[in-house]
Amino acid sequence: MSFWGAQVIVNLFGAIPVIGNDLSIIIRGDFVVGDATLNRFFSFHVIAFPLVLLGLVAAHVLALHETGSNNPDGVEIKALKDEHGIPLDGIPFHPYYTVKDIVGVVVFLMAFSAVMFFAPEGGGYFLEYNNFFPADPLKTPPHIAPVWYFTPYYSVLRAMVWNFFGLEAKFWGVVGMGASVVIFAFLPWLDRSPVKSIRYRGPIYKTLLSLFVVCFVVLGYLGTQPPSPLYQLLSQICTVYYFAFFLAMPWWSRMDKFKPVPERVTK
Amino acid sequence: MKKFLIALLFAPLVALANTGVHLDSWPGSVGDKPALQNGAKVFVNYCLNCHGASYFRYNKLMELGLSEQQVKENLMFTSDKIGEQMRVSARSDEQKIWFGAAPPDLTIIARARASADGSGADWLYTYLRSFYRDETRPTGWNNVVFDKVAMPHVLNALQGQQVLNHESHKLELAVPGQMAPADYDKTVSDLVGFLVWMAEPQQEFRQKLGLGVLAFLAVLFVFAYALKKEYWKDIH
Repeated sequence: MSFWGAQVIVNLFGAIPVIGNDLSIIIRGDFVVGDATLNRFFSFHVIAFPLVLLGLVAAHVLALHETGSNNPDGVEIKALKDEHGIPLDGIPFHPYYTVKDIVGVVVFLMAFSAVMFFAPEGGGYFLEYNNFFPADPLKTPPHIAPVWYFTPYYSVLRAMVWNFFGLEAKFWGVVGMGASVVIFAFLPWLDRSPVKSIRYRGPIYKTLLSLFVVCFVVLGYLGTQPPSPLYQLLSQICTVYYFAFFLAMPWWSRMDKFKPVPERVTK
Repeated sequence: MKKFLIALLFAPLVALANTGVHLDSWPGSVGDKPALQNGAKVFVNYCLNCHGASYFRYNKLMELGLSEQQVKENLMFTSDKIGEQMRVSARSDEQKIWFGAAPPDLTIIARARASADGSGADWLYTYLRSFYRDETRPTGWNNVVFDKVAMPHVLNALQGQQVLNHESHKLELAVPGQMAPADYDKTVSDLVGFLVWMAEPQQEFRQKLGLGVLAFLAVLFVFAYALKKEYWKDIH
């Protein structure tokens, strides 16, 4: 299944107009997934990707030292500072966030160990059954499902079935899939709400967010299923909502009813 | 209980992904050492002539409670080195010419054969008991679970010959074999047990260790949560 997964992922680049086909051959290093592809994927995932992550971690820590930690009330920490310029409402990372994160780490480790010790294959979701067979380019499985954490985006990819502006539906599927991931990065500009914390937000926000979660889960489920007309329609509805949630955010995030945010962090 | 909860979690997915083949559930367990030893015996006598288990070494069989001497005398026919992999001498490209399909390596077959229909053990247990006579096939054998299977019924001397009743779609024993049906089922169950154990020899240890790890994490959680509460009480 990983073999076919790699095939599908590389073929996504083939959807780019004009240069797509050649580009996917360059990335693959072969006409089918082969030795060159394996080496490239390995070095990409084991060297290149961790290095990028390391850089991001460094950037994150630098930014944290520059501004300080936020607080759960969403009170603006830059408003009130003491004589050394340290924000009064910022909560120090240590000990507050370190002890809090230990709880999170323990909860995660419990889930992680439960999978590792009692269900390493996770019913075919964590270790796919097909991965215990040697890859055979001549035997295409009837249904290629992505790994579970990709399924919502995979549904978005499959939901795009129309040709726009003379470009193929496949291309728009790839654009949609990319956009559905990248759009989270634009949240600081999309969210025009005067308050930060969910504690002081109103019913519109809570309803729309819950609907978004439902849509996300539905998309995730549909991504594991073979395509059918009903599922396609469902995934299209969910995809439209997915993007509408973000793109309409500048308007609906302002309309909500808000509770007043206190001046200082509440005791 | 654990299996049940996991099954419940994936039940809607499983229900939709079912392909309709009914699999009998495998009655054995990987903790049953004598059964695994018997399974190993059946495996090296019947399977290890065409199928290899190349990711497994003979000395691993000592973990079934056998001495090196016992393994060497009873289970090693293709090699005299205890550290050797359980391989067959025929090459798979030759086998492909002879049989039409190369017999797959069986080291992790019990994990590979798992599907939404049932575990790999269930599949193997049903498969090895579902061969029937079919004169339209080149080998003279077909299988209910694996249609047009390339492997003939290697265990037919033990089980006898079954035929498929095309009206009731049930298998009937036409020619009895050396074993009574119940004994044959037990033998197959032992063999499947061995295959399941070989696919992951550490599985019993892993579960035992897992309980300890989870218990430790549960205790740690109580303290971590109390500590967090204590620190955060002045912040809200």
